[in-house]
Amino acid sequence: MRFKRYSVLPGFGLSLGYTVVYLSLIVLLPLSALVVKTSQLSWRQFVDAVTDPFALAAYRISFGASFVAAIANAGIGLLVAWVLVRYEFTGKRLIDAMVDLPFALPTAVAGITLASLYSANGWIGRLLTPMGIHVTETPLGIIIALTFIGLPFVVRTVQPVLQDLDPEVEEAAGSLGAGRWRTFRHVIFPEIFPALLTGFSLAFARAVGEYGSVIFIAGNRPMHTEIAPLLIVKKLDEYQYSSAAAIAVVMLAASFTLLLLISFIQRWSASGGLKP
Amino acid sequence: MSGVGGLASRHATQRRAGPSEPAIVRWSLIGLTLVVLVLFLFLPLISVLYEAFAGGVKVYLNALRDPETLSAIKLTLLTAAIAVPLNVIFGIAAAWSLAKFQFVGKSVLLTLVDLPFAVSPVISGLIYVLLFGAHGWWGGWLDAHDIHIIYAVPGIVLATTFVTFPFVARELIPLMEAQGSEEELAALSLGASGWRVFWKITLPNIKWGLLYGIILCNARAMGEFGAVSVVSGHVRGRTNTLPLHIEVLYNDAGQFSAAFAVASLLTLLAILSLIAKSIVEWKAAQAGQSTVAPEEMPLSLVGAAAPAGGANPRVDPAANRAP
Amino acid sequence: MNALRNVSFVGLLLITPLTVLVGCGDRNDSKKQTASSGEPVKILNVSYDPTRELYKQINELFAADWKTKNGPVVTIDQSHGGSGKQARAVIDGLQADVVTLGLANDIDALHEHGDLVAANWQERLPNNATPFDSTIVFIVRKGNPKNIKDWDDLAKDGISVIVPNPKTSGGARWAYLAAYGATLKKSGNDDAQARAYITRLYHNVPVLDSGARGSTVTFAKREVGDVLLGWENEAYLAQQEFGKDKFEIIYPPLSILAEPPVSVVDKVADKRGTRKVAEAYLAFLYTDAAQEVAAKNYYRPTVESVAKQYAGQFPKIDTFTVKEVFGGWQNAQKTHFADGGVFDQIYKPK
Repeated sequence: MRFKRYSVLPGFGLSLGYTVVYLSLIVLLPLSALVVKTSQLSWRQFVDAVTDPFALAAYRISFGASFVAAIANAGIGLLVAWVLVRYEFTGKRLIDAMVDLPFALPTAVAGITLASLYSANGWIGRLLTPMGIHVTETPLGIIIALTFIGLPFVVRTVQPVLQDLDPEVEEAAGSLGAGRWRTFRHVIFPEIFPALLTGFSLAFARAVGEYGSVIFIAGNRPMHTEIAPLLIVKKLDEYQYSSAAAIAVVMLAASFTLLLLISFIQRWSASGGLKP
Repeated sequence: MSGVGGLASRHATQRRAGPSEPAIVRWSLIGLTLVVLVLFLFLPLISVLYEAFAGGVKVYLNALRDPETLSAIKLTLLTAAIAVPLNVIFGIAAAWSLAKFQFVGKSVLLTLVDLPFAVSPVISGLIYVLLFGAHGWWGGWLDAHDIHIIYAVPGIVLATTFVTFPFVARELIPLMEAQGSEEELAALSLGASGWRVFWKITLPNIKWGLLYGIILCNARAMGEFGAVSVVSGHVRGRTNTLPLHIEVLYNDAGQFSAAFAVASLLTLLAILSLIAKSIVEWKAAQAGQSTVAPEEMPLSLVGAAAPAGGANPRVDPAANRAP
Repeated sequence: MNALRNVSFVGLLLITPLTVLVGCGDRNDSKKQTASSGEPVKILNVSYDPTRELYKQINELFAADWKTKNGPVVTIDQSHGGSGKQARAVIDGLQADVVTLGLANDIDALHEHGDLVAANWQERLPNNATPFDSTIVFIVRKGNPKNIKDWDDLAKDGISVIVPNPKTSGGARWAYLAAYGATLKKSGNDDAQARAYITRLYHNVPVLDSGARGSTVTFAKREVGDVLLGWENEAYLAQQEFGKDKFEIIYPPLSILAEPPVSVVDKVADKRGTRKVAEAYLAFLYTDAAQEVAAKNYYRPTVESVAKQYAGQFPKIDTFTVKEVFGGWQNAQKTHFADGGVFDQIYKPK
């Protein structure tokens, strides 16, 4: 089998060569250092490093909070996408542009701002404290921070699909006697579900690795509010490079699995997955 | 169901209005959305400004004029000035080879390009410490030759380059794929050289996508925190970028307002980036070049590596001709 | 022909940024600094967390002093962070000419991992290379509403204690040992009781910042917790910066003598040719001028005359040393702070 399909366009060798070299130097080489460092541990040591109680707690917190935040984003994102696509109101263009703010804003800025807003004497925090709700230094704070940074994902994946929905089908459903809610549940929702799932997974993947937005609000208490990336930094601080690398490998494996999952979802939906 | 020739840009023609919900439902949903977004988006923005000026205008200006802040600004600008052009060149090269040609291993490369989105920023920094740190692979050699990468500027630039390299590529690959090669081939057959084709045909066609990618790449490069935090030495006035400097100020006694003052600079950058993005999207829609990939969506989903049977309803080659 | 051109073009594209990259970093860091030749000299002081204000002031004095004596302009760059974290950074290649850390063990680590300082570093300067010492005290809210007076009170139910992470912060380790040691002394060396105590104490801690300054900000600015456990000088700073009328400083009857030492980083200073400046800088810390600045920042001076002069502002406190109660830092580190040590076990579910 040929390596490359015949083409008269020039520049293949040059561009591919540059691309491959660049990728190797900047991506593959450093990542392989990670793998090599981890392989220096014996299997026993590796398992110990990634299953010690602090690590397990950190995975629980990181993945747990990310999951909840992604669910919240699925709901909020769907709402926002729906409103932006289907309705007209003043300020719509502004809101549409602003949805990307969590993506454009540096994580450290988001971090200190959220920590300050939700602290006991912050603008929002002081309203919640009398109700007994504490945000900073609790998993709730982590969830809120992760929800903030994941906001654009679901919106931006669902928006185009909603945009492209043909009104004919909805009209047909309507003319057959279905109410709006029924139409939504049985006609519209299945169409946007793959996009929703994709957005959810993207938000989830992003949240799992998030560092800057979370460490200011989280409290960083081992076993309770210590996220996995912070644990890696701590291990580095304690000269435990191999341990840090081992935990990093576990996180990477989880992220890659997520990416794979996302592309399967797309393939499945493109080939006609969810049909009523 | 959406036709194959669906619209690519969400700012394109309005969809024909179908049946809708009763007004009360509509307005409740709009209201709910506004409440949520005000709470989540606008409130943080306002609080940054408020806290920045809470100590008075004088404190604000002093914070920005402080030598450590100035050197943080310089370092941030320097880092972006190196990382962004590097990644632009890479993006163009990657897009050219991946979009215009078919070859074995294409999807592997596409996945590699998407890699940084799957990697936590902390890990992105960790891998460079493992390579170049004093106890890393080349630590000994580097130290012997007095070359300092980790805890010095080169390490910061490297980590930033890693984290931001996909942005330009991800904009260009689907775009160039959607545009096809007819124009380039036509020009070639008329006798233009390879470079001429690139400069005169390809580049103008992708200019809005390129600009879009640069804006995203730059915003991320200037705002990166986690990766840089791991490789920087946090030496005030020397190896602190603006985001790191914000952390330093936030943790300093009596510098709370100063932290937000510096944060307001980056916030301004974020808002400018958003505005620039909107302008580019609008211009691109006008010119018929849509910017296709939404933020952080894996390339494999945006059509470049879509399976043969699945029509991607969002990309319409016919809609993407430069005038 | 074409291939050659392509290859050289790629080569150029790759080499140029790499050169820029390396060139940028090299410029200032490693040029051999010769103090006597009249060129400006730059040294890096890698310090622990609370000393930001202290060294800002001392550095100015030293620069002025150096100028009158030797001529060339000397600039001192500062880096601050949890003592353990800083030590690791230096081991990892951060080019510190001098280190002024929170505890001796962290500087010992510089010797162990990479021979960055000589083995006898602690004997090179007076008072075990400690120019000013300190102790660990409590800071509480105005009026001391939870009536916190002694170490026992910290472990009571419903008390929220703010203290940094011993794995990264020097002050945190001093605080831990102060609490543990005070309990040992009180209970007649009952280790089991001390362990139970320290476990209860840390279960009262909602947030572990990576450095002493972080904890101060958490307690004083973000108003988290009932009591802050930390350096004496941080306590006074919290009052100064965040409101004298908002906090009270409580001295427990017994605390630990905290000795933050300093040293030249031999490997770096020799390579950069800055030994003369570095040694002069550390020696300067023992001069009256510097000792007075320290006292004004609430670090206890070790030079007799200055200590006497400022005795009024430092309440008398009974202290024990790490050597007395724990048999030295090596032991303490191994037993308590190493991986799997007592501190780690506090957090393991029973």
